[in-house]
Amino acid sequence: MTEHTPAQEQIAPTPVARLYGEPVLELPNDLYIPPDALEVFLDTFEGPLDLLLYLIRKQNIDVLDIPMVDITRQYLVYVEMMRATRLELAAEYLLMAALLIEIKSRMLLPRPPAAVQEEEDPRAELVRRLLEYERMKLAAYNLDRLPQAERDFALVRVYVEQAAVQRLPEVRPDDLRNAWLGLVARARIMRHHRVTREQLSVREHMTRILRRLGERDFVEFADLFQPEAGVPVLVVTLLAVLELAKENLISVTQTETFGTIYVRSSNFLTRAG
Amino acid sequence: MSDQATSSLAPVDLAQVKQVLETALLTAQEPLPVSELKRLFADELGAEPLRNLLEELREEWSGRGVELVSVASGWRFQAKPELQSFLDRMNPQKPPRYSRAVMETLAIIAYRQPVTRGDIEDIRGVTVSSPIIKTLEGRGWIEVVGHREVPGRPELFGTTRQFLDDLGLRSLEELPPLEDLGSLVDQQAEP
Repeated sequence: MTEHTPAQEQIAPTPVARLYGEPVLELPNDLYIPPDALEVFLDTFEGPLDLLLYLIRKQNIDVLDIPMVDITRQYLVYVEMMRATRLELAAEYLLMAALLIEIKSRMLLPRPPAAVQEEEDPRAELVRRLLEYERMKLAAYNLDRLPQAERDFALVRVYVEQAAVQRLPEVRPDDLRNAWLGLVARARIMRHHRVTREQLSVREHMTRILRRLGERDFVEFADLFQPEAGVPVLVVTLLAVLELAKENLISVTQTETFGTIYVRSSNFLTRAG
Repeated sequence: MSDQATSSLAPVDLAQVKQVLETALLTAQEPLPVSELKRLFADELGAEPLRNLLEELREEWSGRGVELVSVASGWRFQAKPELQSFLDRMNPQKPPRYSRAVMETLAIIAYRQPVTRGDIEDIRGVTVSSPIIKTLEGRGWIEVVGHREVPGRPELFGTTRQFLDDLGLRSLEELPPLEDLGSLVDQQAEP
């Protein structure tokens, strides 16, 4: 069988097949494939069922009344071609070939009259599978024709500035004022009466604050103040904080409205960065 | 159409509600279901009036290149498919089509779900290769929905909501109907 190449078959003068009793002297044109194109051609079949469907459809054969002899012969011609070029393809196709031959022989064998009534047409299972496959093949085709997102139509997305980077807390002047008022209120409770007048240096407090900030990553705003030292010290401390912030030596942040305000040294930021 | 909506809202509010809906849908990254859209109005608007307003919005956009559609996951704006050929000119790299093997596998899963690999192989008559399943899973169109209680407990595959969304469908009912093939004689239409 392997020596029986398709080319020889085409040249052979004897009928290659009989179709509805009519001898077919030449293989149908679509059965002849130039060897180079064969590989491409085989890729167009999705399997033995697909090939079988192709053969049936090409000849306008009623799938419910498949002429097993012709179809099996044609099928084997293809399988031989496949075996010649792509062996790994053959297994599934060979299984189908075996099935076709089995059906063919079962149809040829005489059946006892009693069994004729009950026994199903041996082709029935094959027909059922062919129809189901055909149905899914068409379904796949129809599915592929549905417009697909990103392939056949674009989704609309209006550009909106998304919070891609972590947003830093915003500190409004009011927040500082409220923090300050809170300190003053606490200072009032702890108020001392002092008689002596102190020389309070903003610079000195700036240094003190910077030094404290140098010790750790950050300090709570409120912790910078010493309410027991009295209002004047608080005022100077606040001025020192503002002065440092103005000179970009510290940064003042608040994570949420009315939340704790943190003060950190800009040096720390540079070091960390 | 919007009687129910107007009964509880002044016309000015109504216009604003529509504007809010429109903006929310335009800026959303994914389709928004009515249940989600209700949150825009602190649940003060019922699902029915919202749906009516969405229908009105759809009408209003109908003359444009972008349309409002309802899919499985909710409502979304999308460009009209007939304009895609123009858009493609700006981006010459056209998304590839799936192979017939992939599409047939997808069709079997979509129409016959839940199915195992074995079921798919029975219908197609060939082995279902892993790349096919991976392709469809990677696209988010199919997923394992369970296991069949037979030896080996094979995975059962089904389609996802994403699959319906991407094909512009609201439910599996909207899949193109299967053709009834009594005979292949009349099936001359070559795909």
